[in-house]
Order: sequence, then structure tokens, then C-alpha cells
Amino acid sequence: MSLPIRSLATLPLGVHAVVRAVHSSRAIARRLMELGLVPGTRVQVTRVAPLGDPLELHVRNYALSIRRADALSIEIDEPLS
Amino acid sequence: MTAASGAVAPAEPERARVPAAARAVVLVAGNPNSGKSTLFNALTGSDVKVSNYPGVTVTRTTAVVELDGIGPVDLVDLPGTYSLTARSQDEQVAVDAVLGRAGMRPDAVLIVADATALGRALYLAGEIIDTGARVVIALNMVDEARAQRLAIDEARLATDLGVPVVPIVARARQGLDQLRQALADALNTPTQVPRTVTLPPLAERDVASLAAVVRRELPGLGHATRAWTTWALLSIDDAPPDELVSVPAAVRTAAHQIRRAAMRDGRNLDLEIIGARYERVDRMVSQAVRPPDRPAPRWTDRIDAVLTHRVAGILVFGAVMLALFQALFSWSEPAIALIERLVALAQGGVSAVLPAGPLRDLLVDGVIAGVGNVIVFVPQIALLFLFIGVMEDAGYLARVAFVIDRVMGAVGLHGKSFVPMLSGFSCAVPAVMATRTLENRTDRLLTMMVLPLMSCSARLPIYVLIIATVFGPAARIGGFISAGAVALFAMYALSVTAALTAAAVLRRTVLTGPRPTLLLELPPYRWPVASVLARTTWRQVRSFLVDAGTIILALTIVMWALLNFPKHSDPGADVGAQVRASVAGRIGHLMEPALEPLGLDWRVGIGILGAFSAREVFVSTLGIVFDISDADETNQPLREKLGAAAKADGTRLFTPASGLALMVFFVLACQCMSTVAVVRRESGSWRWPLFMFGYQTVLAYVSALVVYQVGKALGFGA
Repeated sequence: MSLPIRSLATLPLGVHAVVRAVHSSRAIARRLMELGLVPGTRVQVTRVAPLGDPLELHVRNYALSIRRADALSIEIDEPLS
Repeated sequence: MTAASGAVAPAEPERARVPAAARAVVLVAGNPNSGKSTLFNALTGSDVKVSNYPGVTVTRTTAVVELDGIGPVDLVDLPGTYSLTARSQDEQVAVDAVLGRAGMRPDAVLIVADATALGRALYLAGEIIDTGARVVIALNMVDEARAQRLAIDEARLATDLGVPVVPIVARARQGLDQLRQALADALNTPTQVPRTVTLPPLAERDVASLAAVVRRELPGLGHATRAWTTWALLSIDDAPPDELVSVPAAVRTAAHQIRRAAMRDGRNLDLEIIGARYERVDRMVSQAVRPPDRPAPRWTDRIDAVLTHRVAGILVFGAVMLALFQALFSWSEPAIALIERLVALAQGGVSAVLPAGPLRDLLVDGVIAGVGNVIVFVPQIALLFLFIGVMEDAGYLARVAFVIDRVMGAVGLHGKSFVPMLSGFSCAVPAVMATRTLENRTDRLLTMMVLPLMSCSARLPIYVLIIATVFGPAARIGGFISAGAVALFAMYALSVTAALTAAAVLRRTVLTGPRPTLLLELPPYRWPVASVLARTTWRQVRSFLVDAGTIILALTIVMWALLNFPKHSDPGADVGAQVRASVAGRIGHLMEPALEPLGLDWRVGIGILGAFSAREVFVSTLGIVFDISDADETNQPLREKLGAAAKADGTRLFTPASGLALMVFFVLACQCMSTVAVVRRESGSWRWPLFMFGYQTVLAYVSALVVYQVGKALGFGA
């Protein structure tokens, strides 16, 4: 699996983006999508945990925390201005 | 939306409804943090029945609720879930119950939906509606949605979903009458062929071909066939073993083939199914919810700015954990002392009434002591669950996991393992129960397996006694640091290192499986509701008393028998002579060849055996073996006697090397039958507690052996 060009892990804090694809292993991809991270969904990284991992996302009007390793395999479109 | 299932398969005749005499069953489903427990508590009285689902460890909470024109109805609280896709037995409980495969088809499903996270809630609702069950949606926390300036058109939502939607505020008990009425109305309507979600054409074809197999293998599913088929396509893993039980082999094989064919064509069936569901959800949300013109200020963000701040967040985290620690150690102390006093009083009372003899001994040292061994845990369990309950309901427990996950994740644990692990310093029994906050079974088992390595408070008296015996108050390292203090610190350091290392090793060997990860919702901060806290805490205490308590009681009686039979030939023999003549005494002798390489002898063997009923018993058992009555760890005669005790060859028994070896043994060994009993209860089989006991014993023995032999070689063995 090659890493996506733009991943959620590289999105600056507070910037909105749109999910393009989820490249995680099947079980994690399935759960991420069930939690609402399907392609086309607006997402934002709102916070980083004090020790640098995990991240806090804002998606579908709720807060979801995932590890950086999982954010790395979520491909996003160009950030929205 | 069309009735897609009609196009796929002709509706099968609905299975006969439960006979009118049987009580209707209503399942309560919803996402975690949706206020499901609060609503369940608000709808039901205090008469809640807690049991287990057959064969699995998932708690099944049932209560009776009275509905107008229907009468009493059974309300069943399902585990909180984000979807019906199950990867573990625990999650399958919710799925089987909804799909009617657990031997009962629900008469209706009450879905609790968080109005502020409507999209995610409607995803689960859609899956359940597709099963053809009668559904009522309780739109909870509409007050919070209003505060966020979200305008929700419930009527529009109800029309689009085809099920009633009742706005409620569970914590304020608003809208409950309307909700009961809606449930009663739903139960009075016949079930209909569900309006299921329409999938992309190729996915529809795949579902149809698997549905043909499902219909042949599981003919009883009726309207739920299509929903079950979709569930199977999403849930059955390509790489076994998954924990899904009762899925016929033919369905598995067919599902695999269909998935593989889709993959060959470059399709992602999961994405097609989940994507189609979210498309439907998005359409409904955009029509029923008007987002705010300008976002309302969110309290949660302001609080999080402090509680998850790089510096302040860690300080608060440390302070809260310190308070938890303090509560478990100190606040429980008066209650524990009171229980011990009452048990002693009861023992004294029975001893005064009954004549001396085996019956009196059985009652006093077996039964009453056993009951005492059970209820002595209640203060710590109640305090821990009250504490966890407040943190969970307030939303802080998720932040604890968020703050510390980096550390826990490094050894393959979950951020939520932290609180149970920390509680292990106090006592492993409540800590094992606290692993219930972990949703994933592998995460939960892993935490349980390493938890008993945390040095609990019952080991402290043993350390104190041995350190005082072998080092003495004057011993110094480097001239000024107390040797005893260093030894004590080393035991705690060893305990934490061993627990984290064991987690990392077990994660790579025994408890492998999918890559562990963290998918954690951070719910908004909310005020906990006192009545809900009280009731959930009581339920945990009760389940401990009933399930683990009976095992602990039985084991105490067994240990009593081992230490007291057969009777010494001389009826006037003192306790010490009796214990040395007992089965335990003989086992102690048999153990001697194994203890000898640790620098210990059979008398310590009896102490180790006795300590299995409760570690603190080690001290009093040693007291009995060495003929000291009223032994406790600060007892001067016992220390002197132990310090002077000689082995058969005349050399000293307790030397720095053998003392350290014994302490290391106690740090690492699972010398506690209550922990074994509670892990048996929480893991659902004897397999896990036996594995835990086995690996810890081997680890403890080998480590103690190394410590003694190295210590002896360095000249600390005399």
C-alpha cells in the first residue's frame, strides 16, 4: 500500500478538508467509515493530545479521536480555504 | 428510497408473533454516549434484572415497563454500539438480538439517538430499520441541540425514516410519556416489509446472490433476511478466525467468494454498502436539520482547551488519578476495617454459641471467613465504579484515554486500559471489573491478563515483613540510603515494568489479531446524574457479589479444609502443629525441592499456599507455622523468629538473597484466588484465568530463582 499524497495526518490544525478515501486495513477502514468518515465527508483536525498522539477530529458534528498512524492512511482532498 | 428488498426477494411470510400471553420484548439500542442508560433508568423502576447472555460474558440488563393499553413489557438494554457490524462475540450479542437470532425476535426496538450527532445515530438506526423490526426513535438531548442552535424537524425525519421520532431529554425526564405512548402504538401495529436502503447495482446483485444462500441455510429470518445478508457481507472477515459464532459454513464460503470476486473487479463492497447508507443519512439530515447561521460557543471546546492542554492537561490528569488512588487506598479503609470488625464479631459470636469441633471451625474459619473475604472487596469496588461512573458520565474518562494513549499504545494497550491498570495498585479485583469500560474484547483480555502484575496493596504487608526481617532498619546502601526503601521501590518498579512488558509480549504472541488501534469518541462534557450513578454502581457491586463472590466463598472453604485436615493425631495439639500435619503442610513439604533453589523451605511453602486465599494471609499463616499468635507485619517476635529461623542444614532461612527472591515471587505470582475468580467471571471461561495463573507462576518462579542464585553468587546468601 503506497501512502496517499495528502493524508489527514498532515492536515494543519483547524483547517477543513474532505475525505477522499480510507486506505487502512479492512477492519479499521470499515469502522472508520461506519463512524462517518466516508469519502465526501468534511473533516477537521481540532486538537493533538498532550503527548503528540492521538489526534482529535471534528466530523459530522462530533469529536472523534484516532491515532496518527490511522490518520496517515486517510486520504484527503486539498484543504478547503 | 424504494422498497429495494421487494425487488431482490419476495417478502417471506412473517414468523408468527409471540403468543399474546408472553410479554412483549423491546430492545433499547443506541450509540455509546447517547444517553441510553439514562433513558433506560428513567423509563424503568428500581426492579432491574441483571443476567448474562447465554454463553458469553455480556451483561444483559432487563426491566419491566408498564405501557398504556399493552400492560407490562420487557425492556432489554443492549450494549452501546455504532453499527451492527460485529467482530466479537460481545458485539454479536447486540446484532443477534436485533436480528432475532438469539432465540427471540424483538417485538420492537427503541433507538436512542443523540440529537447533536444525528448523522452517526441515523446510520445505526438505518441498519436496524432495515431488519423490518418495529422501531421507535427517541431523539435524545434535544436541549443540547437547541443550545447548539441546531433546528431539527422531527416530523420530517419521521416521515423520511418511516418510523415515529419522539424528542426527549432523558436526564430531565422530558418527553417520556410521549415516548411510552409511541412504543405502545408501535407494538399495536403489524410489522411491515422494511424500506431498506438501495445499494449500487453491483452490490445489489451481490446481496441478492448471498441472500439466496442465507434463505436456504437460515429459513427463519423472514423480513430480516436481507438485513442479515448485508450484515454478513460486512462482518465476515477474510482472515479468520473471527469470533462470529453460528454463521453457517455455506454462508461464510459464499460471502468469501462474493467478496473476493468484488475485489478482483477493483470494487470495495464495504465502501459500497456503508457509503450508500451514509448517502441516505446525509439526504435525511440535510432535509430535517437546519445548521446554525453562526456556530454557538461550545463549552466543551473551552473545557478541553484546559483539560487536554499540553501542560495543564497533564497536571489535571495527574491530580485526578491521584484522587482516584487516594479514594481507593484511604477512603475505603474505614469501611474495610468495619467489615473486618463485623466479621470478627460474627466469628466470635458463633464460637461462643457452638461447642468446639469441626462444625464450628467450618462455620467460623470457612463460611464466615469466606463471606468476609467477599464483602471486604465491596468498598473498593463501589468507590472505583462510582469514580469511573462520574468520569465516564461527565465525559472525562474519554479524555483520560486521549491524554495517556501514547504511553499505553506503545505496549499494545488501549488508552482506556490506564484506569484499570492504575486501580491494580490498590486491588486487582475491582480493577479487573473496571476493564468493562473497554469495548474491544482483545484489549479487555490483554488488560486483564497483565493487571495482576501491578503490585496491589495486599502485597505491601509481605514486603514490609520480609524487608524488616532481612535488612533491618540500620542497613544502608552507599552509606545513607535505606536498603529497605530501595528494595521496596524496586518491587514497585519491577511490578510496573513486568506489567508493561507482559502486555507487549502477550500482544505479539497470545492475543494477536487485527492491529490494535484507538477509535474513541470524545463526548461533550455533561453533568453526571446522581440516580444513574447510584444504580450503575450498585449493579456492579451486585454482579460481583453474585458471580465472583460465590467462587471466592467456595475457594475459602477449600483452603480452610486444606489447612485443617487431616486432624492432628493429638486433639490437644496447638494450631502450628495442626497446620504442619494438614494437607497444606504436606504439600508444603512436597514443594520443598522446588523451593530449595530459591533459598526457601517448606514452612514458607505453607505460607505461599495460605496466601492464595488472600495475600495478607501469608503473614498470619507464617505466624501460625512459626507458632506466633496474633502475627502481623510489624510484630516484633515474628520478625525475630523469622530472622533467626534456620533451614534443615543449619544455615539462615531469611537472607537478603532469599528474602528478595520471595518478594520478587510475590510481585509476579498470581497469588490470589479472588483475582482468579473475578477473571473467570469477566472472561467467561476458566481458560483465561488458568493461563494467567500459569504464566505468572512460571514468570515468578524463574525470576525468584535468578534473583536468589545471583544473590548467593554475589555473597548475599548468608
